[in-house]
Amino acid sequence: MSGVHVSTTINGDAVEFVCQPGEVLLDVLRNRVGLTGAKEGCGTGDCGACSVTVDGRLVCACLVLGAEVEGRAVNTVEGMANGNQLHPLQQKFIEHAALQCGICTPGFLVAAKALLDRNSDPTEEQIRYALAGNLCRCTGYDKIVRAVQAAAKDLAVDATKPAAKKKATKKPSKKSA
Amino acid sequence: MKDDPSFTNQAFKVIGTRVARPDGIDKVTGRARYGADASAAGQLVGMILRSPHAHAEIRSIDTSKAEKIAGVKAIITSADLPDKVNGKRDMLDILENCMARGRALYDGHAVAAVAAIDAETAKKALKAIKVDYKILPHVTDVDAAMQDGAPIVQSWVRTAGGDANKTTNVAQVSQFGHGNIEEGFAEADVIIERSFKTEQTHQGYIEPHACLASVGPDGSGELWVTTQGHYTFRTQCAQLLGMDIAKLKVTSSEIGGGFGGKTHVWMEPVALALSRKANRPVKLVLTREEVFRGTGPTCSTSMDIKVGAKRDGRITAALAVLRYQDGAFPGIWGMLGGMTAWACYDLPNVKAIAYDVLVNRPKVAAYRAPSAPMAAFGVESTMDLVAQAIDMDPVEFRLLNAAKEGTRASYGPTYGPIGIRATLEAVKNHPQMKAKLGPNQGRGMACGFWFNFGGQTCSTINIGTDGTVNVSVGTVDVGGSRASLSMIAAEELGVPYETVKCSVADTATLGHNDTTEGSRGTFSSGMAIIFAARNAVGELRARAAKTWDVPVEEVEWKDGTAYPMGDQHHNLKPLSLKDIAAKSPRTGGPIAGHNETVADGAGVSFASHICDVEVDPETGSTRILRYAVVQDAGKAIHPDYVEGQFQGAAAQGIGWALNEEYVYGKDGRLQNAGFLDYRIPVCSDLPFIDTTILEIPNPGHPYGIRGVGETSIVPPLAAIGNAVSNAVGVRMNHVPMSPPRILKAIKTQRAAG
Amino acid sequence: MQVAVTGLLRAAVNGAASISVEAATIRELLNKLVDRYPKFEALLDSDVAVAINGEIFRDNWSEPIPRDAEVVLMPRIQGG
Repeated sequence: MSGVHVSTTINGDAVEFVCQPGEVLLDVLRNRVGLTGAKEGCGTGDCGACSVTVDGRLVCACLVLGAEVEGRAVNTVEGMANGNQLHPLQQKFIEHAALQCGICTPGFLVAAKALLDRNSDPTEEQIRYALAGNLCRCTGYDKIVRAVQAAAKDLAVDATKPAAKKKATKKPSKKSA
Repeated sequence: MKDDPSFTNQAFKVIGTRVARPDGIDKVTGRARYGADASAAGQLVGMILRSPHAHAEIRSIDTSKAEKIAGVKAIITSADLPDKVNGKRDMLDILENCMARGRALYDGHAVAAVAAIDAETAKKALKAIKVDYKILPHVTDVDAAMQDGAPIVQSWVRTAGGDANKTTNVAQVSQFGHGNIEEGFAEADVIIERSFKTEQTHQGYIEPHACLASVGPDGSGELWVTTQGHYTFRTQCAQLLGMDIAKLKVTSSEIGGGFGGKTHVWMEPVALALSRKANRPVKLVLTREEVFRGTGPTCSTSMDIKVGAKRDGRITAALAVLRYQDGAFPGIWGMLGGMTAWACYDLPNVKAIAYDVLVNRPKVAAYRAPSAPMAAFGVESTMDLVAQAIDMDPVEFRLLNAAKEGTRASYGPTYGPIGIRATLEAVKNHPQMKAKLGPNQGRGMACGFWFNFGGQTCSTINIGTDGTVNVSVGTVDVGGSRASLSMIAAEELGVPYETVKCSVADTATLGHNDTTEGSRGTFSSGMAIIFAARNAVGELRARAAKTWDVPVEEVEWKDGTAYPMGDQHHNLKPLSLKDIAAKSPRTGGPIAGHNETVADGAGVSFASHICDVEVDPETGSTRILRYAVVQDAGKAIHPDYVEGQFQGAAAQGIGWALNEEYVYGKDGRLQNAGFLDYRIPVCSDLPFIDTTILEIPNPGHPYGIRGVGETSIVPPLAAIGNAVSNAVGVRMNHVPMSPPRILKAIKTQRAAG
Repeated sequence: MQVAVTGLLRAAVNGAASISVEAATIRELLNKLVDRYPKFEALLDSDVAVAINGEIFRDNWSEPIPRDAEVVLMPRIQGG
């Protein structure tokens, strides 16, 4: 077996790894890079627990090969907070009790952020369809949708504030774009 | 009880607020470690070979080729898992479910396992193992399994209390009830009798089973595992492998959902046995397909329900005949259906006959209020039919017959204070009942009952010299209980919530705790923490007494502070918990409080739900328009997480009602072992789920707490069935009410009509 | 006092729906049942619960049984 050498950017940091040609990005992140925030719930792209972005595009890391991220920018849940300042989505998920067991939470946060990055003022229906690729078995989605609505409102308020504040909150989200 | 001032007048400071959960930041940043997130130096990858046959004799297993593959470190079969439990039936069943012993009993039954240096090598080894199967006739349908001449799943099974010589698939027949139903039916003006079926569903936790096992040559071992009960896992693994209980340390990881499916061991003894054989740590993580084929599911059922009533609405007799399949091993699931079926009602003549039946499907595990949702589907659908037949409002009909304090429950005892009537009154007055319905839309409601459990519990409180508090519990936190338990400790000690840190201890650190099941986590650990805190307060008072040099009887504890009692001590300055903690090294050392208890007295729980649906008569597809949950929660510690339990349970019930189903082929193989074809509700399937928390205090708990986790999965099947019936005029008698089934029912009705 | 017996537990007491036993605690009740019905012993570990005045006890065998209490022998059950 000969490995593939890959140079990429993960959460803003330059990262190099060697993986097998058939190895999926999820296994690379979890087993080689040591980032276990993305979870494997199914391995077939049905549950969204492994959601990450590659060059800003939302993907299931279990359906992308590790070798495919050569030269690209990968963002995971571990890169969402700005230092010790949580992203508004992370903050609202805690405040609104939008998680119970929490296994789906990283995927939901990454997917919700991908939604808000392209649509800062989504309707309830748009939120529900944007998150329809992420399974949660604990919450019935009620508090998740409310947390995303609250985060969108927060980000909108931030957007009207002076630039310094805006930059602080938005910075991690722009990495991959 | 509502008016008992010892409950309703308790002035709580922390209980009932909506604080941020202590594990929240770890879980939103990806730092929280679940079953598959741990690693050990030198770990091997474990994998399991599973039977492709529904029922087969295993003539031989040849592992010789696989053993020769470079990087394969251990291979085990049932020969490596001898009987260490002296034939104790329930433990042997668990062991046989972990690894087939001479016969594969269902599609997906484990037959061998390997540990290798990486996943590729392990996969190669699985392919190289040759199993010689002799395929046997199988049966997967519960009614077919009860027929004479059906393939026998377990040759040793005899009907409990029945013929000792006759092989059978009926493991037990249980009866519950009182009165005389023949007389009751004779008095009835109206009798409705219907048959119902429900299909098998899976708990569907998003995290597959996962563990990291390590056993050394000295017989000591460690297990990191996603589980609802690490003490139970420790005991079961130690017994099955012949290890000393004290020498196996089990640590529960964060758990990514359980719902009953992680209450007993599946592949953990296999991982430990592999590690023991290889003398290396072994990480074993199931795939989603394995989770569906080899773990978890609840029963499929078939039932006949009969209700007789007077024209004035009083029920005169009720009968349920329930047939539940337990998979390939005997269980108590039919019995639980029999105990819960009629528990909402005050009935003079009532009977439930429950069959527990074996089939060639996975061993059934508990699933949230196990067995109650199916019986409730039959009972609550029939209740609506009776109400229609006597032209009575379905809520009024239920209110007229609802159980109350003093009612003899259908399962035996007489109820104390219960909340079923209060939930029905709340439903009657709920704004959703007045919302306008359009064409093809319908409204349904239904009630549900479930027991709560207490059980063995122990907790420790340690107070640091800075006045912060460690709370160690042994009940796994499956849905946020560390928040509610920290709140209870803060309330009892009189300190801020933020100064309390609650952790789930490993099995080497704290004594045995029963599994987090039966809605017992917050109830029972909450009780142990209250008593542990009171012990700690006793010590805090003693330390204050020493500091002041006064008798301890003259020290009063109030709001987290020691006060001297009596005028003679007016010159002494009150000492806060923080003050006393700071001085503790010089007043007798660390301050702690401990409690071990059997938290009996858990009580029972009721819920009533309202559901509005729209059915597309062209496609048979059903959309939930509005959904409301009303449940008696006892005192709600953290209302957000109580609401979350209600909403999550309702969503699981909605999935069960409309889509979720194990589909078996004629070959006895599971055809939809993945989330694409086994479709659980997604975000766009559901509306916001309205919740009403009724706080009818539980007299069996110092704070009036009841378990809240399970009951609201009970009513949805019937509430949706009743709503669909009201929307399109077709009575649905088969769950899930998937589009093809609804379409077929509409067409059949039209053809007949 | 009269003790009601439900479900499969009746098989262990020769099919009786109700039996007469005098006992001050759950432990005493169960001990007397085992004396009278030896088959009952096999059930003690994991198959029996006792409801006293509607409150279900699974493990607390020291629980006192008040005079004139309603006592029901029930199957020991589990949840999810």
